[in-house]
Amino acid sequence: MRVIIAGGGKALYFLGRNFASKGYEAVIVNKDPEECRRLSRQLAVEVICGDGSDEHILEQAGARRADAVLAITPKDQDNLVICQLAALQFGVPRTVALANDPDNVEIFEQLGVSAFSTTHIVGSLIEQHAALEEITNLLPVGEGRVNVTEILLPPDAPVAGKRLKDVILPENTLVAVVIRDGDPIVPRGDNDLRAGDTVVLITLPENHGAALKIITGEGS
Amino acid sequence: MSNDRFIVVVGCGRVGSRLANKLSAAGNSLVVIDIDESTFGDLSAEFSGFRLAGDATQVALLREAKLHEADTLIATTHDDNVNLMVAQVARNIFKTPLVMARVFDPKREQVYERLGIRTVCPTSVAASLFMEALGGETSEPRERKQ
Repeated sequence: MRVIIAGGGKALYFLGRNFASKGYEAVIVNKDPEECRRLSRQLAVEVICGDGSDEHILEQAGARRADAVLAITPKDQDNLVICQLAALQFGVPRTVALANDPDNVEIFEQLGVSAFSTTHIVGSLIEQHAALEEITNLLPVGEGRVNVTEILLPPDAPVAGKRLKDVILPENTLVAVVIRDGDPIVPRGDNDLRAGDTVVLITLPENHGAALKIITGEGS
Repeated sequence: MSNDRFIVVVGCGRVGSRLANKLSAAGNSLVVIDIDESTFGDLSAEFSGFRLAGDATQVALLREAKLHEADTLIATTHDDNVNLMVAQVARNIFKTPLVMARVFDPKREQVYERLGIRTVCPTSVAASLFMEALGGETSEPRERKQ
């Protein structure tokens, strides 16, 4: 997989390192010559010094054969244009823009560019942890219409000690994985649930609260 | 051109302020936005519109500028990407009927023409004016006389 990352700072450095360790062919585009020199010393990835919203620079970074472009500069307008040029001029199949201003997530999506906001992500992580510490919403899937939730079963969980087939869950709910002592199990009806298990639950929003109540005994 | 339009001008540099002064003097309603308040000093005494200091890439500011009621938006900042983003937001989100952007990079200009953004590229304009002054209608190099 060839990924072009435009931006700078620590986030870019660690992403570059992470992608390189996964064996991706990562290319970094950064405007600052000094930072470029440092990045090429520190990382085993190609570094292109220049403006990612300049077509020539994207071409030099190999945009024609890139599978994805990630634009994480501190300027939202640059991130938008980088992604649009990559998609429109080079046909890059997947582009993602960082929206520094959280309001721009919606704006970018309306302009046809996938976007994320670290403010949103961190904010919702904190909210979820504050709400119930044993429940972690892992990720919204299908534009937020599917919840994937990780639940640590407390000692008093009503489902602890029951076999899965004896637990009556609402429609559109699935216990996808049970993690017991660090080992993941994809459970069938005969598997039991125990206190201390971590359950990965897939729900639709309308049944999410009801399913959580059955599993943890607490209202959500 | 009718002179009772509501026009939002983004960027109050040399081009933006000149444009705003002329459009306001002609009787249009103007809102001028610039991130740097000191640029408003270039607006003339006859300018009767509103001045709004802030970052036009933030939708909240465009809302404050009442862009949803505007007939026209002209993005004139010195940053191509700001102009292109603001122009797209105006066109696609605020549904502003007429949207124009100044774009220095001719390559970017072509891409955004395709997205329905009307662009003015000072680089191409200046080059073709020079070409015209040189007597060549096109940019094709002419054969040299032996």
